[in-house]
Amino acid sequence: MFSASLGDSCLKRGMTLLPPISLAHPGALIAAVFTPWIAVGIALLICFFASYLTALSWADLTFVLPATAFGNVVMVFVSAIWLHEHVSWQRWLGVFLITAAVGFVAQGPSLTTHPDPNAAQHPAPTPPASEPS
Amino acid sequence: MTGPLAAASMIASVVLTSTAGEVLTAAAMKSIGDLDDIRAQSGLPGAIRAVLTCPLFFAGVFFLALSFFSLLFALNHLSLSLVGPAAASLTVITNSVAAKIFLKENVDHRRWTAAALICIGVYLLAH
Repeated sequence: MFSASLGDSCLKRGMTLLPPISLAHPGALIAAVFTPWIAVGIALLICFFASYLTALSWADLTFVLPATAFGNVVMVFVSAIWLHEHVSWQRWLGVFLITAAVGFVAQGPSLTTHPDPNAAQHPAPTPPASEPS
Repeated sequence: MTGPLAAASMIASVVLTSTAGEVLTAAAMKSIGDLDDIRAQSGLPGAIRAVLTCPLFFAGVFFLALSFFSLLFALNHLSLSLVGPAAASLTVITNSVAAKIFLKENVDHRRWTAAALICIGVYLLAH
């Protein structure tokens, strides 16, 4: 989520440095990909996607999604601390609610485990009782 | 001028394609297994190969790309302050419902509460 937030910030910075791009000239959009800030932003977003896929391979979607929503919180802190933007109390309340949501989910199990249907049909044999010596 | 029905259709298309993409990607990663284990056994190329040889993964990426272009189309007709929070909030809810139905995830009270809090939180962040 840090790489996603930083990647979005780099894309925003890179796109604001460029002149307005018209859809009539799509070549300018492709050329924008090779500018430093946008290239770094894309690299960070690729890192985010790789981390996201890895998390989905061992955790539930409903466990991972709140964590990705936490990226919004990181963006607010970046805006307030790095860009010195004014953050209203409504946004701080939003930050608090998303943080609370991530805390809620993180306390629970990360993966849903389903009982093995074969185990119910073919119960494992009980070990023989040990004979008294 | 975009009417309310057209606006709702555009937001719905963003939400539905995004949900389909997320669920298909999650299903793909579940079918592949723990990527950390695969990387430990076969290295990073093995993990990349496992992902890139899964058809479900490409179906998920296709819908995520569709969602991205739906978002661009919606932003071309509607304001960001409407599309951004509406799409982000509704996607959290539809993902929870879809994960429960299609991925058979145990979406308990804790996760429903978290989804509701994120909806409200995203709405507040956008204002």
